[in-house]
Amino acid sequence: MGTYQYKQYPYRRPAELGRDPGARRAVVIVGAGPVGLAAAIDLALQGIGVVVLDDNDVVSVGSRAICWAKRTLEIFDRLGVAERLLAKGVTWQVGRVYHRDRELYRFDLLPEGGHKMPAFINLQQYYVEEYLVERAREFPGLIDLRWKNRVVGVERAADGVAVTVETPDGRYRLEADWLIAADGAKSSVRTLLGLPFEGHTFEEKFLIVDVRLDADYPSDRRFWFQPTFDPGQSVLIHRQPDNVFRIDFQLGWDADAEAERDPEHAMQRVRRVVGPDVRCEYEWCSVYTFRCARLKRFVEGRVLFAGDSAHVVSPFGARGGNGGVQDVDNLCWKLARVLRGEAPAELVASYDRERVHGADENILNSSRTTAFMTPKTAVERQLRDGVLALAADFPFARGLVNSGRLSKPCHLQGFAGFAADDGSVAGPMRPGVPCDDAPVTGVDGRATWLLNHLGGRPTALVFVADRRDAAAIERTIAACGIADLAVVALTDRPCGDLPLPELVDREGLTRARYGGRTGVTYLIRPDQHVLGRWGEWNPAALGAAWRLCLGGGKA
Amino acid sequence: MTHLRRDDGFGGRGDEFYEQLVAAHRGLDEAGSGALNARLVLLLANHVGDLAIVAEAIATARRGLGAQGTAPDQER
Repeated sequence: MGTYQYKQYPYRRPAELGRDPGARRAVVIVGAGPVGLAAAIDLALQGIGVVVLDDNDVVSVGSRAICWAKRTLEIFDRLGVAERLLAKGVTWQVGRVYHRDRELYRFDLLPEGGHKMPAFINLQQYYVEEYLVERAREFPGLIDLRWKNRVVGVERAADGVAVTVETPDGRYRLEADWLIAADGAKSSVRTLLGLPFEGHTFEEKFLIVDVRLDADYPSDRRFWFQPTFDPGQSVLIHRQPDNVFRIDFQLGWDADAEAERDPEHAMQRVRRVVGPDVRCEYEWCSVYTFRCARLKRFVEGRVLFAGDSAHVVSPFGARGGNGGVQDVDNLCWKLARVLRGEAPAELVASYDRERVHGADENILNSSRTTAFMTPKTAVERQLRDGVLALAADFPFARGLVNSGRLSKPCHLQGFAGFAADDGSVAGPMRPGVPCDDAPVTGVDGRATWLLNHLGGRPTALVFVADRRDAAAIERTIAACGIADLAVVALTDRPCGDLPLPELVDREGLTRARYGGRTGVTYLIRPDQHVLGRWGEWNPAALGAAWRLCLGGGKA
Repeated sequence: MTHLRRDDGFGGRGDEFYEQLVAAHRGLDEAGSGALNARLVLLLANHVGDLAIVAEAIATARRGLGAQGTAPDQER
């Protein structure tokens, strides 16, 4: 592979080798991919120490997950890595859909401004993992990263888990209160526990080729149905950094995977896409089929599944890696609170409910896309082609064209553990919804973003007119009984003398997005989801909402 | 006078509609699918009722389909 230099991470002989397991760990994470590393960092930020076991000693071989969605970037920003990702990644928000050689329409994934994060960046998984590894190394006392440590045994007990780990120097045992299995689609933890991973396999083969091109193709996602330049059913092109392009060819079920995987053959296909004159160099290719499947439960006693070990989808829609990072966001603050004794284990059970829902949403969307892309009968093809024929002139038909429903944040409205919405606040930020970002400034005029002030701990977001309101709020903070509540006061113009951290909503976008007026109060979960909202400062309701949340929906 | 609707009439639930439609054909052979489509057209046309709109839909659907029933893309 040309553009990326793989580093080997050093294997170190674990201290436990040839000895007793030693002290029991709070959390062991299996897998140092994007999901396992994000979980390690998130837990470290909450003060929880983790051991991360990975059977390899390099980052992802091949670009694999490349599309990182806005919500994922917001989570990565909370973890302290988003700026590096943004600096390196290719930002995009427009998708273009073609039928044969004609552009049918474009869709814009973030038509409004006023958000810190873009709709999407494209960045090869190996960069994402590299940056996450470097971030994890900033927590030397809390994150113990162990390369070439393969889990070969898992034993479950009522109050913990023991794993047997194989290293180049032999085997050892490690005990933990909780185990996070972030070991991918072929999860060894899942296999060792004998858990069924059921779902639907789609009868279609795809070829992805990464090539370095001297071409100034747009950053937009471009998707062709029945392209004129390839015999296959569809082609998808994504731009990645370093002038690397991901070209995804739909081969058909009967394609010869071995022949297609041959780089020379793959480059012949690429040549037909880019034309004869463009300089292009082969980077990586892979032939894949896929299925949509998930575990019945993501919480199996003290074993927690996150990412591809828990659920897999087709790549169209970028719902794999993004879904996995959302798992981490949902899980880690809950696990930290349970480990610190601040919440019962039911809080972790809410991870199961909420992320099974997220996975089902991803599987549904991904399955629909696949059904549209791979018509199986003559009539399915007629219906699909009918939609494509009408799409150029009829907006309704464009809505039916399905080249991927791209990853959007999962909403948790109506789930247990969120406060009921009493209707006293306007706008779409209902309990269960992930918070919208908005530009704000500090009292000193320095520009910042709302989301950078929410998250990590329960936060009250209060719309305040002046010092008189703030004083009343301050008096009642103690009354709500939330030990580590953070409070952020939103003002129209700087007061400067508030006894609370103040953000100024100069552009009015926070008010617009949150139905903000003086007195409106939001309680935000540590994962930046709205837990409750009220038309006026109400310490009793805030306290009750937080207790309901910590109890996993049990008041 | 009203015209044939061009914008999304499914209230953002188009994917759900398409999934239902494809599922309805599952297990049918070509003749069965043809029969299902014919019945669907009759039911939906009756529901629309307005003959001017139905005529517009027929003309739109027919556009680009040649005398021998060539596919629209081949004609362009």
